[in-house]
Amino acid sequence: MLDDFMMRALLAGLGVVIAAAPLGCFVVWRRMAYFSDATSHASILGVALALGFSVPIFGSVLVVALLVALLVWFASDKGHSVDTMLGVVAHSALAFGLVAVAFIDGVRIDLMAYLFGEILAVSKTDLLWIWGGALLVLALLAWRWSALLTATLNRDLAYASGIDPRREQLILTIALALVVAVAIKVVGALLIGAMLIIPAAAARPLTKTPELMAVGATLIGAASMAAGLRVAFIYDTPAGPTIVCTAALFFLISNGISWVRQAA
Amino acid sequence: MRLIETSGLTVRYGRKDALVDVDFHIDRGEIVTLVGPNGSGKSSLVRALVGAIPPFKGNVKRKNGLRIGYVPQKLHIDPTLPISVKRFLGLPKRKPSATIEAALASADVAHIGDSQMTNLSGGQFQRVLLARALLENPDLLLLDEATQGLDQPGAAAFYRKIEDVRTELGCAVLMVSHDLHVVMSASDRVVCVNGHVCCHGTPDIVASAPEYRALFGSGTGGALALYRHQHTHSHDDGCDHDHDHSQANSAEKEGADA
Repeated sequence: MLDDFMMRALLAGLGVVIAAAPLGCFVVWRRMAYFSDATSHASILGVALALGFSVPIFGSVLVVALLVALLVWFASDKGHSVDTMLGVVAHSALAFGLVAVAFIDGVRIDLMAYLFGEILAVSKTDLLWIWGGALLVLALLAWRWSALLTATLNRDLAYASGIDPRREQLILTIALALVVAVAIKVVGALLIGAMLIIPAAAARPLTKTPELMAVGATLIGAASMAAGLRVAFIYDTPAGPTIVCTAALFFLISNGISWVRQAA
Repeated sequence: MRLIETSGLTVRYGRKDALVDVDFHIDRGEIVTLVGPNGSGKSSLVRALVGAIPPFKGNVKRKNGLRIGYVPQKLHIDPTLPISVKRFLGLPKRKPSATIEAALASADVAHIGDSQMTNLSGGQFQRVLLARALLENPDLLLLDEATQGLDQPGAAAFYRKIEDVRTELGCAVLMVSHDLHVVMSASDRVVCVNGHVCCHGTPDIVASAPEYRALFGSGTGGALALYRHQHTHSHDDGCDHDHDHSQANSAEKEGADA
């Protein structure tokens, strides 16, 4: 079964979805969209480092994503302007990454593969990494779910209930770095943000509780993955962007439904 | 018995002191009101008590296992977050549905459990926050300007509810408010802050203290008058309870000693 590249692609995609969709709900609720973009763009630097030092890409991307996420987390905690900080860190890390890749001799790298993903080239080892990381993220979120939700609603409310919102933010930050590392091969650095936000945003108008929204986002993400891959295969379009396009269509449909409902 | 106590508490944001050298305490079962002008550090004190900001100097001592029911100043729920009243009340710990219904009923908002939080009116929202705080089965109920956005009858009704709750649960209550006359009438003790503790004692003592008058001007005469008025009004609005002055009197002596 795993010898079929389409099957591997689908499994890889679903792995990304089960982690990215519920985490994406928090990204949406906490307005961290720019934060997640910054982290994923910076991961290109991780790719460059991995190629330069011949270390596994997954580990290198994870380390860089974590460092960037922690840097921003720490800075925002100290009261710096997060927006500017993110802009500086994300874009310079991306630029340094692109420049660093150019210095690496002897390796022919298809940079596009890391910017837009290469889901059709996922190997069995990749699958192992993807599912390992994704299940870890899912476990983290399930374990901290109530505390994360409380901290998302109101920091002081969380403190009063004995929850440290800074710790919960840190957990989300780590989960985000993991998702970036897991997803870079599948949808690429530039489109990871899309897989976090679009399924969650598409599920929002159809759901009434946070849990249902997370489940809805996962289902919509999975459907986008399956349909997008199919379309990419039939029409020979780039897989990553096609998947994101499909998710965007789901977003339009679900918001259309809710708009019609409200108008009726 | 002390529920919570600060000694020499200094709270600092960046390089600016919000509170300096505050000694403050709340005992079991008493109602304490925190008054002070805008930016006087009232909310900083509350946040330090809750543990949301670490003391720069001094310390905050909480009774072991102190349960705090916190009603925040305002709670903005992002419109992207779908959450029903029932689910909100089940945070951070899930509770049986009967318990949640009971808490809603005791906050006078039964039957709204299935509504979305973002669809509630201001008054309903505050009562849901109160219900949530009560679900923690608190030793100390902490209300940070909890009636902001409510009209005066709404605020008065809310504070009457608080008194009922206190009688029922026997928890201590700390209120922060601008609604001086309403709040003071219900308090055992008033603490007036302006970067530090200006004055404290019974509502009578604080309202006539020169420090307090310096802060709030002549308007305080009205506050005091209203305070007295509240205790002499006739109960023609279907209210059948009687005011118990014994506690206020004993607190007054305590305040006079302090």
